Amino acid sequence: MKPTAAAEKRRRREMTCFWVLRALTYVVVAFVGVVLLDIVVKGAPRINWAFLTEKPGPDHTTGGIFPAIVGTFYLVAGSIGIALPVGVFTAVYLSEYAKDTWFTRLVRICIVNLAGVPSIVFGLFGAAAFVVYMKFDRSLLAGWLTLAFMILPVVITTSEEALRAVPRGFREGSLAVGATKWQMIRTNVLPYALPGILTGSILSVARVAGETAPIMFTVAAFYTGLPRSIFSQVQALPYYLYTVAINVPNVNAARPTAYGAALVLIVMVFGMNLLAMILRAKLRKKYRW
Amino acid sequence: MSEAAATTRDNMPHTGMGHALIRRKAFTFDQGIKYFFRINASVAILVILAIVFFLMQQGVPFFFKEPAGKLLGGTWAPYVETNPEFGIWPLFAASLWVVGLSMIISLPLGVCAAMYISEVASDREKSFLKNFIEILASFPSVVLGFFALAVLAPIVKTVFHHRDGMTLLTASIVLAVMALPTITSISEDAIRNVPLSYRRASLALGAGRLATLLRVTLPAAKNGVIAAFMLGIGRVIGETMAVLMVAGGSPVVPTSPLSPGRVMTATIASETGEVSHFSAQYNALFLIGALLFFITLAINLVILRMTSAKEYKE
Repeated sequence: MKPTAAAEKRRRREMTCFWVLRALTYVVVAFVGVVLLDIVVKGAPRINWAFLTEKPGPDHTTGGIFPAIVGTFYLVAGSIGIALPVGVFTAVYLSEYAKDTWFTRLVRICIVNLAGVPSIVFGLFGAAAFVVYMKFDRSLLAGWLTLAFMILPVVITTSEEALRAVPRGFREGSLAVGATKWQMIRTNVLPYALPGILTGSILSVARVAGETAPIMFTVAAFYTGLPRSIFSQVQALPYYLYTVAINVPNVNAARPTAYGAALVLIVMVFGMNLLAMILRAKLRKKYRW
Repeated sequence: MSEAAATTRDNMPHTGMGHALIRRKAFTFDQGIKYFFRINASVAILVILAIVFFLMQQGVPFFFKEPAGKLLGGTWAPYVETNPEFGIWPLFAASLWVVGLSMIISLPLGVCAAMYISEVASDREKSFLKNFIEILASFPSVVLGFFALAVLAPIVKTVFHHRDGMTLLTASIVLAVMALPTITSISEDAIRNVPLSYRRASLALGAGRLATLLRVTLPAAKNGVIAAFMLGIGRVIGETMAVLMVAGGSPVVPTSPLSPGRVMTATIASETGEVSHFSAQYNALFLIGALLFFITLAINLVILRMTSAKEYKE
């Protein structure tokens, strides 16, 4: 059957519009591509072994970013160490125990709102609560707590999703052979949700590694060595990048260092995201129920 | 435990844990675990309360130091020795400009991308684009801010013959990119969740794919798209680093996209670390933080209400 002229015209118009949609979508892709390319091309020449393992030199034109890398590593480890248990336990409560009570509803509302609180407000909160009120001063500990509360909603939401994805039959089977509820959760629910929980925690690790605003008033110091205790200030990659880009005496001379730091930061964050994505894809294939 | 003791305990009024202790051991332990999980769940509530408390604790003393009316003034000049000014308006106006400009860029792009991903793209393309958007969402804002500073600002400078390219427009472009993942993924969810029967009915009546998408599917997903738009606003108004790095400038009320300006978040970021904890300025900065907190709170509550209300009638 030959399409009529009108139908042909309509089909053409549709195709044109769909191409416009596609073009707009790929404008975004292209923009991000340009950003990545710019940072990789201008950052790569600065990267060498010394850059990753030495302290910054004077003027930040020589030397490396070792303290910032170490600081970011400490921040990530500590905050996830706090947020992960609290978040997973909350998720277990919400998915396994909670009934539709006012308490549960309030918890859910608070989680949603916590996720929307601007990171700079977390910074203010951390400064008032941990730095000043609890007298931790600017320290790793204050930063850990601030960041942990910031990523708590992410940990809870992804963990709950993972727990809910475990089929009902797993739970019923366990209860049917006489397990108590906790035994059921421990043996038949948590192990199967673990991969999903892991994915979520990797994503929040990536978030912690890239955040600047919450650590500005709680941990970060510009001139500092390696941390000695949980009460020392640390340098962190995003904060280092911010300062080198804006606040050093000769900004232009320090530009290559800033690009190098940006590249390292991006590689860290994207590396973790990629890991989470691959993990999730693999697990989806493995656990298909 | 003797029987007599057990009986007396049973006769005791049931108060919390005492009630659980007299049961079998496994049961007791299970009860304890449940309470343990519940305590963890209440952390989220406690954190929200603590945030409000500490913002207020540090913010409210402002009213004992300076007249409250000063907050509504048109000048932000807290460093001045005699008669400092604490008018939030210039900062708020800059935030409004930035939100407006970035949404003008971000909303059409985001919704178009969402329509494309959900209704037009093939499966492979779809998964590529979705992964890509997830990557974009994880871009550290300081890196995008740095890119804007190093690359976008010089471009804006040449194109518009501007002094240094540090404008609200420059900041808004980066913020639009940051809001895109939120807008796209939530609109895409909303469009995908429109029941298939809507589309089938429209196609059966002889409408083309494009007409179905624009006249049936998109209007049906309206609530989700509005929610996406609002979440995007929340994201942009709370974003700090990128605006701090490129819009910089003095806190004056902006008059055009090419004005410099200082938004609320950037003001907090650049001043809080430097002022005394006992100054009125420090308190005022916490009040700005409280304002930001309540704006995002309101946005989230409205979205919660909207998304829980909507269900498709089949």
